[in-house]
Amino acid sequence: MKEKGRFGDYGGFYVPEVLIPVLEELEGAFYRFYEDEQFVAELGQLSKEYAGRPSPLYYAKRFSDYVGCRVYLKREDLLHGGAHKVNNTLGQGLLAKYMGKTKLIAETGAGQHGLATAMIGALFGMETKIFMGVTDIERQSVNVHKMKLCGAEVVDVEGGTGTLKDAINDALRYWTAHVRDTFYLFGSTCGPHPYPTIVKHFQICIGKEARRQSLEQIGRLPDMIVACVGGGSNAIGIFSGFVDDKNVRLIGVEAGGRSLSSGRHAATLVAGRVGILHGAKAYLLQDEEGQVYDTESVSAGLDYPSVGPEHCLLKDTGRAEYVAAEDEEVLDAFELLSKTEGILPALESAHALAYMMSQKGKLSSEQVAVVNLSGRGDKDVSIVEKRRPLEQ
Amino acid sequence: MKTYKQVFSELSQASRAALIPFFVIGDPDFDTSLAVVKTAIDAGADVLELGIAFSDPIADGPTIQKADIRAMKSGMNLQKARDFIRKLKEYKDIPIGLLMYYNLVYQYGVEKFFTDFHEAGVNSVLVADLSIDDADEIARPAASAGLDTVFMVTPVTEDSRMELIASRTTGFIYMVSVLGVTGSRDELSDAVAELVGKLKKLTSVPVCVGFGVSKPEHAAAIASAGADGVIIGSKIVGLIERNLGDSEKMLAEISVFLREVRDAIDTQAG
Ligand SMILES: Cc1ncc(COP(=O)(O)O)c(C=O)c1O
Repeated sequence: MKEKGRFGDYGGFYVPEVLIPVLEELEGAFYRFYEDEQFVAELGQLSKEYAGRPSPLYYAKRFSDYVGCRVYLKREDLLHGGAHKVNNTLGQGLLAKYMGKTKLIAETGAGQHGLATAMIGALFGMETKIFMGVTDIERQSVNVHKMKLCGAEVVDVEGGTGTLKDAINDALRYWTAHVRDTFYLFGSTCGPHPYPTIVKHFQICIGKEARRQSLEQIGRLPDMIVACVGGGSNAIGIFSGFVDDKNVRLIGVEAGGRSLSSGRHAATLVAGRVGILHGAKAYLLQDEEGQVYDTESVSAGLDYPSVGPEHCLLKDTGRAEYVAAEDEEVLDAFELLSKTEGILPALESAHALAYMMSQKGKLSSEQVAVVNLSGRGDKDVSIVEKRRPLEQ
Repeated sequence: MKTYKQVFSELSQASRAALIPFFVIGDPDFDTSLAVVKTAIDAGADVLELGIAFSDPIADGPTIQKADIRAMKSGMNLQKARDFIRKLKEYKDIPIGLLMYYNLVYQYGVEKFFTDFHEAGVNSVLVADLSIDDADEIARPAASAGLDTVFMVTPVTEDSRMELIASRTTGFIYMVSVLGVTGSRDELSDAVAELVGKLKKLTSVPVCVGFGVSKPEHAAAIASAGADGVIIGSKIVGLIERNLGDSEKMLAEISVFLREVRDAIDTQAG
C-alpha cells in the first residue's frame, strides 16, 4: 500500500493478508484515475445527466418558522435513487469500469446504497450482488424489490442482528473468496483504506456545491452545517466543503435509538470507545473486552456500531461536534418536515432535522443552518405508518 | 515450555509433518471443549491452534462463526480462556498458537495480552486482521513477552511480500491454501504444492498449511508437498457441531478422524 490511510491514529487497513493485494490494486487505480481528464469528464457528465447534480439548496421557510432560525436543505433526496449514495456509486462504479472489473458487490443497510449500486450495475452492465441483513430486508422491502428490478441479486445475511454490520461481514467474506474479479463498492467513509478516502472524494461534491450555493443564494456562509452520521459519507461530503471555514459549526447527528441510557442505540462517536472493526481503527460500540455490540435504530442506514475514521479525528480535534437524536424525536422530525414543507425525509436524514428541532428557541432568527437532506423518505413510509398510525 | 523450534526440528528429523488441529476455546462449553482438545492431543496433535471467539470474525466461514457463537453463549471470556490454556498445559506441554481478531487484543492492551497469555502457556498470537504492514504494532511486544510470531501467506501474496513476511516470522508461516474464509472444502487446490515449494525455497521458517483441509488425503498431499504442518479447523469444529447432544460420540469421532489424518501424514512420510 502506498499510503497508510490514517486520519490521526484512526483508519488504516486492518484486514486479513488475503485482502491486501486487492486493496493495493484499488488504491493504485484510484490515484491513477481520479484526476484523469477522461474519467473526470465522464463522471461529471453522468453526475449531471444520470444522477441529477447539482442538487438544489432550498430555503425551508415553514420548517424554519418552527425552529426559529433560517434552515436550508441541501436536497440530496432529489438525486436519482433518492439519496446521496449515487455520488459514490457512480464514482466507484466508473472506477471499476476503468479497472476492467465486471462484477460488483456491496453491502447495504437502508437499501439506499444497495439500490444505488444496483442502478450502476445496470448502467454499466455489471453483475451485481448486494449483501443485506434479514432485519433490513424486512424493514426496507421496497428497496429490496427495486434492487431486484435493476437486475441485482440480493443476498440474505442471517448473522448477528441481520443489520448493516452483518452485511459488511458477509460482503468481506465473499470478497475474500472472489478478489480476482470482483469490485467491492463500499458504501460509506469507513472500512479499510483506501475506502474512506475514495468515498469522501466522490461525496465532496455535496459540500462544494453547498458552499457555492450558500454564497450565491444567502450571500454568506452558513453558521452551521448539520448532517446525520451512519458510516459518515453524507456528513463528510458536506463537512468537507466548510471544514476550512473556521466559523462554520459542523454538527453530526448519530442514531440515539431508544435512548442513550438504554444502551439500545447506534451513537458511536457520542458513546463509543476506540477499537478496530471492518478494517479501521475508529470509535466503536463494544463491551469491556471488545466484543462489538448489536445496535438499534429506527433507521437502518444509521444502525452501525462503528464510524468513519475522519469523523473520529474531527471529534477529537473539536472541529466537528457530534450529538444523538432518539427514535421518537426522529419520527417527530419526519412528520414535521412532511407537514410543513411537503417533503418526506429519509429517517436517516430526519436525525439531522431532529437536531434542528431540539434547537427551537435557542438560536437567533438570523442564524443560518444548512441541513444535508441525504435522502427521501418513501422507503420509510411503512415504518412510520407502524410507529405513528394516522388518526382518521 | 516446549517451543515451535523444538517440535518442528524433532518432526523434521523424523521426516514427519506436524498435525495441528484448530478449535475455538469453550466450544460448546468450557468442560466439553477441554475434553475435546485433550482428545485431539491424545490422537496425535503436535501443536494446537486455538481461537478466542469474536463477535465479528470476518476471516471465518459459517462453521467457525457458529462455534464462536456457541462459545460466547456459554460465557467464554479472556479470563476463562487463560484458565483453559493453563489446564491444557498441565495436561501436556504442547505448543499453542492463538488465533485472534485484533480488537480483543487491542482492548486488553497488546503488551499485557501477550505477557498474560504467554504466561498462561501460549507460544504465538496470530492476529487474523493484522497484516505484515502493521507488524510493528505487535512484533516488539510479542518479542518482549517471549512469543514467536506467526503471519499468513495466501495464494495472492506476491513473492517480494512473501520474503518480507518470512523475514518477520519466528514461529511458522501460516499458508492459506485457498482464496476465501475458513471452511471445509472437498478438493485441495492444485496450487498448494506449488506454493509450498515456492515458500520453502524462500525461507527456512516452517510452513504450515490450513483453510479447507478436510480429508486425510489432503493432509497427506500437503505433507508430501514438503509442508512442515497441516492445520485442520472447520472439519473438526463441524464434528463438534454435529454431535452437540452427545459428547461421547463427539470425542470418538474427533479422535477417529484425527488418527486417520495422523496415519495419512505418517504413511506418506514413511
Ligand atoms: C438517506 C441516507 N442518509 C444517510 C445514510 C447513512 O450513511 P452515511 O453516514 O454514510 O451518509 C444512509 C445509509 O443508508 C441513507 O440511506
